[in-house]
Amino acid sequence: MAATVETVDQVRALADDKYKYGFVTDIEADTAPKGLDESTVRFISAKKEEPEWLLEWRLKAYRQWLTMPEPEWAKVDFPPIDYQDAYYFSAPKTTEAPKSLDEVDPELLRTYEKLGIPLREQEMLAGVAVDAVFDSVSVATTFRHKLAEKGVIFCSISEAIKDYPDLVKKYLGSVVPYGDNKHACLNSAVFTDGSFVYIPKGVRCPMELSTYFRINAANTGQFERTLIIADEGSYVSYLEGCTAPMRDENQLHAAVVELIVLDDAEIKYSTVQNWYPGDENGVGGIYNFVTKRGACRGKNSKISWTQVETGSAVTWKYPSCILQGDNSVGEFYSIAITNNMQQADTGTKMIHLGKNTTSRIIAKGISAGKSQSTYRGLVRMGAKAKGARNYTQCDSLLIGDKCGAHTVPYIESRNSSAQIEHEATTSKISEDQLFYCRQRGIGEEDAVALVVNGFCREVLQQLPMEFAVEAQKLVGISLEGSVG
Amino acid sequence: MKQDNAMTTPFVDQYDGLKPALPGHALPWMTALRDRALDSFAEAGLPTQRRESWKYTNLRGLKQLELTEQALTPQPISIDRAPSLLPDGSAYRVVFVNGGFRSDLSDLAGLPEGVTLGSVAELAESQPQRVEALLAAHRDTNDQPLVALNTAFMRDGLLLQLEAGRKLDKTLEVIHVNSAENGVFAHNARNLISLATGSEATILEHHIGLNGAAYYINAANDVTLAEGATLRHYRIQAEGENAVHTSTMNGQLAGGSFYDGFTLSIGAGLSRNETSMKLTAAGARCHLNGGYLMRDKQHCDTTTVVDHLSPQTSCREVFKGVLDDRSRGVFQGRIVVHPQAQQTDGHQLNKVLLLTDTAEINAKPELEIYADDVKCSHGCSAGEVDHDALFYLRSRGLSEDSAKALLIQAFLAESVSEISDEALHDVFLNKISDWLAI
Repeated sequence: MAATVETVDQVRALADDKYKYGFVTDIEADTAPKGLDESTVRFISAKKEEPEWLLEWRLKAYRQWLTMPEPEWAKVDFPPIDYQDAYYFSAPKTTEAPKSLDEVDPELLRTYEKLGIPLREQEMLAGVAVDAVFDSVSVATTFRHKLAEKGVIFCSISEAIKDYPDLVKKYLGSVVPYGDNKHACLNSAVFTDGSFVYIPKGVRCPMELSTYFRINAANTGQFERTLIIADEGSYVSYLEGCTAPMRDENQLHAAVVELIVLDDAEIKYSTVQNWYPGDENGVGGIYNFVTKRGACRGKNSKISWTQVETGSAVTWKYPSCILQGDNSVGEFYSIAITNNMQQADTGTKMIHLGKNTTSRIIAKGISAGKSQSTYRGLVRMGAKAKGARNYTQCDSLLIGDKCGAHTVPYIESRNSSAQIEHEATTSKISEDQLFYCRQRGIGEEDAVALVVNGFCREVLQQLPMEFAVEAQKLVGISLEGSVG
Repeated sequence: MKQDNAMTTPFVDQYDGLKPALPGHALPWMTALRDRALDSFAEAGLPTQRRESWKYTNLRGLKQLELTEQALTPQPISIDRAPSLLPDGSAYRVVFVNGGFRSDLSDLAGLPEGVTLGSVAELAESQPQRVEALLAAHRDTNDQPLVALNTAFMRDGLLLQLEAGRKLDKTLEVIHVNSAENGVFAHNARNLISLATGSEATILEHHIGLNGAAYYINAANDVTLAEGATLRHYRIQAEGENAVHTSTMNGQLAGGSFYDGFTLSIGAGLSRNETSMKLTAAGARCHLNGGYLMRDKQHCDTTTVVDHLSPQTSCREVFKGVLDDRSRGVFQGRIVVHPQAQQTDGHQLNKVLLLTDTAEINAKPELEIYADDVKCSHGCSAGEVDHDALFYLRSRGLSEDSAKALLIQAFLAESVSEISDEALHDVFLNKISDWLAI
C-alpha cells in the first residue's frame, strides 16, 4: 500500500506541475488508494491516458460534486454514504474469488438453475476464477466483425475516448451535464468504464447489442458511463444487465446513460437489473443510483426505455426522454419489484418540447415483504409542444400488509393543445385469482408468480425475446417467500 | 429550510406591538398559544417554493403589500347590506366585513337549542373555555406555517358548535366581505367548527372582494366531526382580483362521520386552498370536490391531503379546472393510507381545460400507501375543449364562443353534481354561468 500512496503522491505532484502541458505519466500501480479527492480523479484520468479536455471536465465535475447536497427528496431511507470509504479505481478484491462452483453460495446456484443459465455462464456470473477464454468471448469476436461491416461502433467508452475523440467530445455530457445531480456528478468525475455505441446514418443494427457480449465487459465497475448515438435513420436495440444475480463487491453504483437520437432514428434500451438486494433484514445490498436520459434531437426520432428492476437494496432511477424534435416519441415501460427490505424510487420524465411529440408511460410496481416502492414521474408540456400527447398508467400491486406502494406523478402543461392523461391504481393481489390457481393444483408461490406475470404482461412484452423469457422467471423468483 | 426573511419579518416584527390589541389578550392560555405559534412561524418562515408542498405556488407577491402595523389591524368599511346568495329567511346568516363580525348584518333569529353560533372574538370574551377547547382540538401545526401565522394573529371568524344529535334546520350562510378601499390590510380569520355525535349542518361560505385593491386573507379552519356527524361545507371564493387568499383547513373525522366539501374558486390574484383531513375511525367519509375558473394572471392552488388512519374509511375527490389567458392552476392531491387502514377506498380525479397556450397547469396527484387491502386510484388529465364536440355544436348554428361556453359549463357541472345538497346546485351553476357570461 505504501508504494501506492507514493505513486499517487508522485502523480499528484506531476499533475499539479506538468499536466497542464499535456504531460501524461505511465503509472505502474493498478489501484488508487481508498477515498476520493482531486488526485483520485487525476489518477483515473492519467491511468486511462485521457486527453486533457476530459480531465478538465472530470475535475469540474468533481469540484461541483463537493458543493452539491445529497438528493433527499426520494422516498428512500439509508445511512449516509461514506464516499471516502470506497475505491474508485480497480478496487482490490476483498475476498478470494471462489475456485469452483462448489465454493459458491448454494442459494445463488439454485437461482441460476431456475433461470436456466448454462454452467459456464454460471461460473462467470458467480465470479469463479476461470480462464479468460470462454465461449462468449469468441461469440463476441464474431459479433464485432459483423458490426464493423455495417460501420457500427460498439466498444468501451475508454476505447472510444482514444479512437473516436470527436464523437465523444461532441456528445459526452450533452444530455446529462456533469452538474445534473449529485450522483451523475460523481460519475462524471470518476467513471472508469462503460459502453459506447454509434450507429451510422441509415443503418439498422443487425443484432441486439448487449453489454454482456462486449469483451472486457465482465467488470465494468461501479461508475459505468454509457453513451449511445443513433445517427439519422438508424435503429438499435441495446440490452443492459442480466437476469442473474451478479456478484459485486461495490455497494455504491452510480451509472450514467446518455442517448442521442437524430432524425428518424430509434433507440430501444432494455435493462434488467438484479443486483444483490441485501438479506431479509436489509443488511448489505447495492445502492443503485442511476441517471439515464435520452434526447430525441431529431424529427420523428424515438426512444423506448424498458426496465425490469428486481435487485438492489435501494434503487434511485428515472430514465427520461427529452422530446426536442417534432413528432418524436418517448416510451417508458417499467416493472419494479421489491421484496423484503428493498426500496425503489423509480419513474421517468417526459419533457415535451417539439410539436406533436408523444409519450407513453406504463409503470408496474410490485411490493412484497416490508419493501417500499415508489413511482415518481414528470410529464411536462412546453409552450411550443403543440399537439403533444401523453398517456400514463401506473399500477401498483401489494403483496402482504407490511409493504408500501406510492405514486408521485408531476404533471405540468403550458399548452392547450397538448393532451395529458394520467391514471394510477393501487390494489392488493386478488384473492380470487390466487384461489382459482390454487384450486387447479398450482402451488402458492407459482400462483403468485402467475398472477404477477399477468399484471406485468404489458411491460414484459416490450422486452427482446431472450430477455423476456428470463424476466418472466425472474418475476417469480424475486417474490419467493413473500406469501405463506 | 432556507427561508425568505423579507416575507417573514414584517409579521414577526410587528407581533409584539400588535399583541395587546388582539382578541383574548387577557387570557394567559391564549397569549401562550399565540407566542408558541409565532415562534413556530418564525422558525419555519412564510412558505417558499423550496418547500415541496409549495413547489408551484409563490407567495412573493405578498412582499408588494406593505404590511405595516396598521395594515395588520383591518379597519371596518361601511356597508349596509351583505350580498347574500340565498333568499332572506331561508338561511341563517353570519357576516364578516374585513374580517370583523357584523351582528347588524347577520341573521341568527330562531337558532335551535344546542347550537352555538357566532363570532370567535366575541365568544373568546364571553365563553373562553369553549374557544380554548376548540382551539386545542388541532395542535399539530409544525408543517403548516400559515396556520401558525394565523394562530399568532387571528382576530375573528366563525364559531359553530352543535351538541349531540342537533341538526341545523336551515343552511348557514357565511359571508366574508372584504375591501381595501381604506388601504391595504391583512386579516387572519379563524373558523372553528365542531359537530358532536350525530349532529348535522350545512354551510354555504362566500368570500367576496368589493374592489380591486390588494389585501391578504389568511384563513384557518378547524373542523371536528364526532361519530356520525355530517357537515356539508360549500364555499365560493370570489375575492378581489388583486387579493391574496390562503386558506388551510384541518379536519378530523370520527367513525361514521361525513364531510362533504365543495370549493369554487373564481377570485383572487393568488389563492391557495389547502385541505388536510384525518379519517380516524371506521366509516368516516370525506368528499373534497371543487372547481376553479381562472383568467388574466390569476393563480389558483388546490392542495389536499387525506390521511386514512383507520380501517374502512373512504374519500372521493373530483376537481375540475378551467384556465384562460395567462392564468395558472395548481392541483396537489395526496392520499395517504396508513399501515392499519385496511379496506380503504380512495379515489381522486382532476381534470383541467386549458383555453389558451399561455395558461398553465401543474398537477401532482399522489398516492402513499402502506396497507395492502385497499382500492385507491387517481386520474388526471389536461387538454383543450374537445374539437368534435365543438364542431357538433357549431354545425347546429351556435357561435364558437357560446359553443365553447356550453361545453365548459357541462364540464364543470360534473363536479357540481357531487354536491350532496341538491338545493344548492343552482347557486354554483349560476356563478359558473356568470363567469362564462352566458
